[in-house]
Amino acid sequence: PQNEHIELHRKRHGRRFDHDEKQRKKEARQGRLRSKKARTLRGLKAKLYNKERHKEKVQMKKTLRAHDQRDTRQRADDQEVPEGAKPVYLLDREDQTRAKVLSNMLKQKRKEKAGKCDVPIPKVRATSEAEAFRALRSGKSKRKAWKRMVTKVTFVPDGFTRKPPKYERFIRPTGLRFKVAHVTHPELKATFQLPLLGVKKNPTSSLYTSLGIITKGTVIEVNVSDLGLVTQSGKVVWGKYAQVTNCPENDGCINAVLLV
Amino acid sequence: TMSSTADDNDDNGEDRAVLVQFVSETGEEAGPPLQALLGSTVADLKATLDAQLIVQSGDYDDQVIYKFFVDEAEVATSLAGAVDCGRVNERLLRIVYQPQALFRVRPVTRCTSSLPGHSEAVLSAAFSPDSRNLASGSGDAAVRFWDLSTETPLHECRGHKHWVLCIAWSPDGRRLASACKRGQICLWCPDTGKQIGRPLARHTQWVTSLAWRPLHLDSECRLLASASKDCTVILWDTIVGQVSRVISGHEQAVTQVRWGGTDLLYTGSRDRTVRVWRADDGALCRTLQQHAHWVNTLALSTDYAMRLGANEPGKPAPEIGAPRTELCERARRVYEAARRDQPERLVSGSDDFTLTLWTPETDKRPVARLTGHLQLVNDVRFSPDGRLLASASFDKSVRLWDGRTGKFLATLLGHVGRVYQVAWSADSRLLVSSSADSTLKLWDIGAAGGKNRLKPVNDLPGHADEVYAVDWSPDGQKVASGGKDRELKLWRN
Repeated sequence: PQNEHIELHRKRHGRRFDHDEKQRKKEARQGRLRSKKARTLRGLKAKLYNKERHKEKVQMKKTLRAHDQRDTRQRADDQEVPEGAKPVYLLDREDQTRAKVLSNMLKQKRKEKAGKCDVPIPKVRATSEAEAFRALRSGKSKRKAWKRMVTKVTFVPDGFTRKPPKYERFIRPTGLRFKVAHVTHPELKATFQLPLLGVKKNPTSSLYTSLGIITKGTVIEVNVSDLGLVTQSGKVVWGKYAQVTNCPENDGCINAVLLV
Repeated sequence: TMSSTADDNDDNGEDRAVLVQFVSETGEEAGPPLQALLGSTVADLKATLDAQLIVQSGDYDDQVIYKFFVDEAEVATSLAGAVDCGRVNERLLRIVYQPQALFRVRPVTRCTSSLPGHSEAVLSAAFSPDSRNLASGSGDAAVRFWDLSTETPLHECRGHKHWVLCIAWSPDGRRLASACKRGQICLWCPDTGKQIGRPLARHTQWVTSLAWRPLHLDSECRLLASASKDCTVILWDTIVGQVSRVISGHEQAVTQVRWGGTDLLYTGSRDRTVRVWRADDGALCRTLQQHAHWVNTLALSTDYAMRLGANEPGKPAPEIGAPRTELCERARRVYEAARRDQPERLVSGSDDFTLTLWTPETDKRPVARLTGHLQLVNDVRFSPDGRLLASASFDKSVRLWDGRTGKFLATLLGHVGRVYQVAWSADSRLLVSSSADSTLKLWDIGAAGGKNRLKPVNDLPGHADEVYAVDWSPDGQKVASGGKDRELKLWRN
């Protein structure tokens, strides 16, 4: 092999006598040389070099600070008792200050007047007809193109029967029909699989709502009798609205957030 | 039997005779049906009942006061007032009689002293079971004992490093356990103010609730249960100072733990379940699922009796040096009297605005679901005789429910801020509630007379900020309340 001659020479004859000192002095110069390089480089090379240097500086700062903290011996025991003592039943509850409560009430009244509803995803990108439907060719010579197949996830009610195939304009494939949705309760942070009851409103258009097309941002109605919610008068709540938070045609499941 | 000369010709009201049957609360009949005048008063009914009880069991207690109920309507002055006079001729009237407490607690009206001393908000206050001592825990990490005879501070106990969230007296009244937000539990001696043993540390997050083993099960008050946000309940051997058992199984923070009289532990948690555990081996007996949101509070029908320990209500407290076996025996008598041979009832109050009544020893399904509150339920207490239930909620009202069936009885309206806690007087006739609107309100339940919206009898203002904790002493003399304004107030008649 050709590349071992340096190593072999070093092993046979040793190093220079002043090797260690030269090494030490060379390393001492590196700091100066690196900063000179940083100052004089231009162009793309400068950008790349500066980026590397910044990363190294950040790491160095972190280790220095860690050393500092270890040295000052700051332990959790010595910290002071914090203010704002609350009894057990108020811990983990977000308490609003009294002023905030009033301003929130006013804002709520204004919103109700304006007719805006409080949904987690207020604005959604509308799905165009080209995206949601695909034209199907029909007829003896396959020239007619008035049928459309829905390419998004749909929900059909229980007693649903198709129109006679000759007259059916919108085809909802069975593979894209869903009956359950994974609904998350926003306060409990727990997710349940609940059966769908219907599509309340699709933000794109009322045509989509009537077809039962479910896209991101659609408000659906789910059966919450499993959760055990009760109204004031004691009746069990069995239907609630939820808003879809994912794109079901891409994921293969419907994820929604319960609107409480 | 006492029957009156019924004048059948005279058909207007009070002189008519009707057939009545006295039935106890558990459904037992006191004797055969007999005739009574429609105009008979409570005293007449009592005399009749006593006569029947003599025949049946050979003796009767002259001192007992009774309340009579006909078809859920209370007989306030006379029988005629409680029944529909037009329709009594054919029916047999079943009159349910309820013995009431003999002693009457006088309503508290004035604040006798404001005790400063804490440098941060008072988070919990409790009287000892014999009403001799008062302890309070506060946000300045100190537990204070107060001298009740002079109404001055007695000891200041420093040992915790964070807010003292809960305190609990041992059933014999000789020790106080306090728990802080860092998960440490300390035991204190009320006479000297010194800590007993070392702090018990094992929880990784704050302790939400403490419960001692009842005196009739454990005469030396050895075991203490603590529930914590770290989803576990730890049973401590307080004499040795070590962990006896760790009970884990809840998926989220455990908010309350209660030790039942048959050595069962009941725990309520934020994972929406209430679980029943056997205390001797830590095994899970039942999971009670009904709520739709966090379970905030639990209450047992025999809670008050187990809190009292060996102190029988209305009778003098046992001497300080009484032997343990005697205390145990007295505690057992108090417990049996409170239980009256029925299974213990448990009520859970939750963030889903409802309460659920269970009999956890026997059944997994709830007895009743109590709806009606408009905001989350913060505190639930059974009355000392177990017949009534009071629930305090953030919707500014306190609701009264029947303790056995869960039927709604009355709404107590009057507070203008969230109601945090309620406390019953020892005779189950008076109720005091503390609220975020800085007042306490006293309600008279005994004189309610079947109304379903009650107003407070007394308004107890005086606190400068929200009142976080309230407690009524078991002898009925004083009420202690503490809150965000850092002062502990004592109220008396």
